[in-house]
Amino acid sequence: MAEVKLHGHWTSPFSYRVIWALKLKGIPYEYIEEDLSNKSPLLLHYNPVHKKIPVLVHGGKPICESMIILEYLEETWPQNSLLPTDPFQRAVARFWIKFAEEKGPTVWMMFRSSGEEHEKFKKESLEMLKTIEEMALGDDKKFFGGDEISLVDIAFGAHAHWLGVIEEVAGVKLLEAHKFPRFHAWIQNFKQVPVINENLPDRDQMVLTFKRIRESLLASP
Amino acid sequence: MEDNKVVLLDWWASAFAMRVKIALAEKGIKYESKEQNLFNKSQELLEANPIHKKIPVLIHDGKSICESLVILQYIDEVWHDKSPLLPSDPYRRSQARFWADYIDKKLYSTGRRVWTGKGEDQEVAKKELIELLKTMEGELGDKHFFGGDTIGFLDVTLVPFTSWFYTYETWGNFSIEAECPKLIEWAKRCLEKESVANSLPHPHKIYEYSFELKKKLGIE
Repeated sequence: MAEVKLHGHWTSPFSYRVIWALKLKGIPYEYIEEDLSNKSPLLLHYNPVHKKIPVLVHGGKPICESMIILEYLEETWPQNSLLPTDPFQRAVARFWIKFAEEKGPTVWMMFRSSGEEHEKFKKESLEMLKTIEEMALGDDKKFFGGDEISLVDIAFGAHAHWLGVIEEVAGVKLLEAHKFPRFHAWIQNFKQVPVINENLPDRDQMVLTFKRIRESLLASP
Repeated sequence: MEDNKVVLLDWWASAFAMRVKIALAEKGIKYESKEQNLFNKSQELLEANPIHKKIPVLIHDGKSICESLVILQYIDEVWHDKSPLLPSDPYRRSQARFWADYIDKKLYSTGRRVWTGKGEDQEVAKKELIELLKTMEGELGDKHFFGGDTIGFLDVTLVPFTSWFYTYETWGNFSIEAECPKLIEWAKRCLEKESVANSLPHPHKIYEYSFELKKKLGIE
């Protein structure tokens, strides 16, 4: 069995998506923490196009982009399946994964900005969260795909942990419990999955780090 | 396998819709194409794609599938016994997906900045467009198609944009062929296939339409 390595970063939700999938499938791997302020030649060699983490390396061959890595894991290690078998249900799952990829960054953009721009991204973030609440989550489903955790839950995982940190550091409340009851229920369900519960970055450390990031962003011209 | 009713919510100049038409043709799937008015969206479109309100939408047995690359994978999985789009090897599939994602992240928006932009903005966009097309040329290498000997997922993802090249070039006053000859040769090879030739409008038609499109978009 060829070895699996994950190049990641402890603050990155994209990195954690891969960790969660690897652990849910019981795939042994070696983790390499990358210094993003001083990117290693190896990282640049594995991901010349985007120069980003996470990168999964399997038997020496790199795969980039977290959700593409997850589809690769799903196809190579089919046990503990994270996608439905029915083609239409798979299409629904992929639709929401694409939504998460396209719209998820607005929260980060809100975090990075101030003034009018910040307000614009805040509005967009709320719209995104509302769409998820009303269209993706159901009252009778534990997770996005039903009773079991799937790639869609993993794709939205950032909102279960990183969003709270961003809200605290930026002083913005987006996900109010009374306005987003389904979302709040899903966050509880998601974080109670042992693999998720045991694999989240330390919140206090994240708050400190994100505070530093926000200060330096708002200080620069 | 019996083909139950397949409908495509379409728009003739959309590269994303062309992807789906090529895939349906490759698989020999009979379908009804419903041309949409994107400036006065139909109830059918708004119901089929309430979140994005965009085409293409594939409606199969009354169920809507949105997002062109999601549709391609759906078609590949349902009609799996003919002309596979994605390779069978998981690593090669991941590479096809990676490059399709790269195209989706960059090509449409960069191309748009080229044909609608002016001055410095347009020059920057032109440079970026050539860079990304050269990257795709590098990925093609000596292969006949991105999929190898036959067209595959990545070919279907990229080739529709070639119908917009004349529009980019004319508004931007530059030649894509001069910078990326191998990519243009690849496009010509793709156009020899009936599925591609029948799905892509003539580039001049798109250019003629771009004047009207600029007016509709409120761009001078």
